[in-house]
Amino acid sequence: MGLSVVVGCSLAYISLLFLIAWWVDKRATELRPGIVSSPYVYALSLAVYCTAWTFFGSVGRATTGGLSFLGVYLGPTLLAPLWFMLLRKIILISKNQRITSIADFISARYGKSTNIGVMVTLIAVLGIVPYISIQLKAVTFGINTLTHFGEAAPAPKPHFWQDAAFWVTLAMALFTVVFGTRKLDPNERHEGLVAAIAFESIVKLIAFIMVGVFVTFGLYNGFDDLFGKALQQEQTARMFTFSGSGITPFSWNMLMLLSLFAIILLPRQFHISVVENTHPRQITKAMWVFPLYLLLINIFVLPVAMAGKMAFGDTIHPDTYVLSIPLSQGANWLALIAFIGGFSAATSMIVVEATALSIMFSNHVVVPLLIKTRLFGQGKDMVDGASRLLDIRRICIMLMLFLAYLYQKSVGSTYDLVSVGLISFTAAAQLAPSLIGGIYWKRGTRQGAITGLAIGFLFWAYCLPLPSMAQAGIISDEFVKNGLFGLSFLKPYSLFGLSGLDPITHAAFWSLLFNTWFYSIVSINSKPSMLNLTQADLFVNISKYIGRQDSDILKREAKVSELRNMLNRFLGEQRTIAMFQEYESMNQVKLGQQQLAQADLVNFAETHLAGAIGAASARLVLDSVVKEEAITMDEVMRILEQTREAVEHGRLMEAKNAELKTLTLQLTTANDQLKNLDRLKADFITTVTHELRTPVTSIKSLSKIILDYSDELDDNRKQEYLRILVMESDRISRLINQVLDIEKIQSNEAPLNLDTVNLSDLVRQAARGMEQMFAEKQVTIRLHGTDKPNNLRADRDRLMQVIVNLLSNALKFCNPEDGQIDVELEQSGDKMLLRVRDNGLGIPPTMQQLIFEKFTQLHSQTQGKPHGTGLGLFITKSIVEKHGGSIRVESHSVAVPQGAMFEVRIPV
Amino acid sequence: MADDRSARLLLTFCLFLLLLNYPLLTIVDKTELWFGFPALYFYMFLVWGIMIFVIAQIVKQRKKKP
Repeated sequence: MGLSVVVGCSLAYISLLFLIAWWVDKRATELRPGIVSSPYVYALSLAVYCTAWTFFGSVGRATTGGLSFLGVYLGPTLLAPLWFMLLRKIILISKNQRITSIADFISARYGKSTNIGVMVTLIAVLGIVPYISIQLKAVTFGINTLTHFGEAAPAPKPHFWQDAAFWVTLAMALFTVVFGTRKLDPNERHEGLVAAIAFESIVKLIAFIMVGVFVTFGLYNGFDDLFGKALQQEQTARMFTFSGSGITPFSWNMLMLLSLFAIILLPRQFHISVVENTHPRQITKAMWVFPLYLLLINIFVLPVAMAGKMAFGDTIHPDTYVLSIPLSQGANWLALIAFIGGFSAATSMIVVEATALSIMFSNHVVVPLLIKTRLFGQGKDMVDGASRLLDIRRICIMLMLFLAYLYQKSVGSTYDLVSVGLISFTAAAQLAPSLIGGIYWKRGTRQGAITGLAIGFLFWAYCLPLPSMAQAGIISDEFVKNGLFGLSFLKPYSLFGLSGLDPITHAAFWSLLFNTWFYSIVSINSKPSMLNLTQADLFVNISKYIGRQDSDILKREAKVSELRNMLNRFLGEQRTIAMFQEYESMNQVKLGQQQLAQADLVNFAETHLAGAIGAASARLVLDSVVKEEAITMDEVMRILEQTREAVEHGRLMEAKNAELKTLTLQLTTANDQLKNLDRLKADFITTVTHELRTPVTSIKSLSKIILDYSDELDDNRKQEYLRILVMESDRISRLINQVLDIEKIQSNEAPLNLDTVNLSDLVRQAARGMEQMFAEKQVTIRLHGTDKPNNLRADRDRLMQVIVNLLSNALKFCNPEDGQIDVELEQSGDKMLLRVRDNGLGIPPTMQQLIFEKFTQLHSQTQGKPHGTGLGLFITKSIVEKHGGSIRVESHSVAVPQGAMFEVRIPV
Repeated sequence: MADDRSARLLLTFCLFLLLLNYPLLTIVDKTELWFGFPALYFYMFLVWGIMIFVIAQIVKQRKKKP
């Protein structure tokens, strides 16, 4: 295949990308609903994770490491469910702080520290250079394979301008510069770029699946056939298992852990998933669409690797199988498609990674440097900062790609793609303790982060890139063989004597261990600065800051005119004016009339400026015009304390609330009881007055008759009437006495006059007192158990009242013809029992509970109008209960008259 | 409801962390074919697919109850 065809197709493909980006950007400026806000585009753009490593390298990896290449994709899949907590929190913080990169994020967390910004940037740039280099290598060998398939490898060219890799690098650098730095966006959002990346993800997926289908169903008759044949060859049967490929459990765990970190910590992943994110709700869909993408692109990796191994043995480098298999079958068109797929994987990675790194480098290294050396000029000599920023970024991109080219030329050529890529993964993982600790652990300090990062980076550099450079012959390999200074425990591949691990697992273990350990221990033992403290609170408890301007904590002032000049330099005049107008309408003020800008305007300016040059730089820039009021540690603590107090206060309020609820409930029941009592009282009064009216009416009418007809009435009649008058008066006085009794008993005014009482005497006395009445009605009374004294402690008069009440009750209801009343005394345990039995009609079961209530009178057809007031039994019950006793009635049926038995139990 | 979902997702993470790690992997780490696929390959992709399905279900529930 001719070189011109390959280059022509690549250029056509790149033009298509530009077209997409241009079209999407145009739509965005027309304020039409952005394609980029679709969660599917977001998920696809995350697939920038799949680079030439995935496209070419996984196959190569599978030939040696079997299925272990899957760890790189299962790690991110495993993390996906946690995005909902972790990634969402990072996004919320980043939107609130206008974070532009991962260096910005970590430096902002630890008090907008310039040092941390520089450190993270250096780790990222140095760590990612190998990763970029493998993309260059992949594209270069892709072109070589397509143009020189079947020929002997071309001899190394003496001059760099004859080297394909050099031209690939240059082309890529130009492409990235044009694509990634077209404009300076205040939030570093590049909709066109994201859309193009999403498109590239589709291209590489389709291209790889096409190759996979061609191999599996074209060269073989499906999976059965391919795997069946692979099982019969020793070199491919090894690839079936981990144990056969020499993968240990620990290296598998470490690979998953590294890639789990990488999906968030790689600068380009952070850029796409956080900075370019349009809304946190995009995450939920991406949580399963992105893992699905990873699954699809990996299905055919093992089949292609096995087919290549079976076809070529060891004659061709496995990283190129994706291209060589179609070429060997004469399917040049498919090889070209596969190349475009790999090319798209490489370009998407380089563009996003280089853009993200250049943002970091300019915001955290170059700008702070320029500000400190005052190269931006002062007063009237100021230059346009915005266009300068873009220039700086362009130079950064060029430099980084050049570095990657050098690395690839010197070191990368001796290693396969995945081995080099994993070096970068291990570097990126060094950011994990500071980032994860930063958003979940408030105590993490700037000093801790600096120490952890530095030590992690040193271990990484000593264990991975340095030995690889030594093996490439750039530096002496003496320290690899015998350890640094000849100390054997310092051998970079078996540090402190830890051998038996592969270099990546070994390096990841030591670097992450020391990194995490020093981060924690130094954090605990150092005192955070005020800004560190407030930022820590903001990052860890982001939810309480959302929706309000965060920092009234720092009281800063600046002259409005100076602030305006400053912003003009970095944001351009138009954007500055727009920004001030936004502020004016938001806060209803006229800035033209103000000399001094208050703290909130300064903060407003800072967040906007941070969007352009990063938080640390923005802070540095503002420091030159802002006067910061001295603020003491106590004050900061007080402010943080306030928020904590608010939380505690809320918790207290909740408790109080619950308390109030129970109180209300109690009040309601109490009120109900009162209402009930009130009703009972009213009922009582109604009944009492009613009961009083009857005798009064009869007294009145009889008296009237006697008065009016005194002459006409004979003496007998008069006598009769007067007798009734006396009887009715008795009834009234009895009723009144009983009501008074009730009052007395119920209101505890009259305490019991306790004394030792001989109950037998009392019963005999009562019976004697009522002898006359019994005789009148011809009722016989029998006493049982009165031969013993039966002493108990009680109020003698009250107890007498009980006995009389029960006796007269029995007298009233006993059989009118052959009345019999039995009174029985018995001591049972510590209780004295008094039973009064009659032989009357008895009490129907429905009434048995009611008879002890006030004014319950038994009505029955045979007995007609009841006698008595209906208070007797109530009073009896009250007295008994006051003595701590109880009363009950036993009566079975009215149909077969067996009488009723009242039983009183009083404690001795 | 949000807490419910977070708990479910966290549980999903733990479950699949277990399923995709040693010692369970030793069960399928064998040089043999299952339904025409290498045992380990078959197991990995099956578990992976189920995990994606589970996440999608949990996320979908969320949309029903806005």
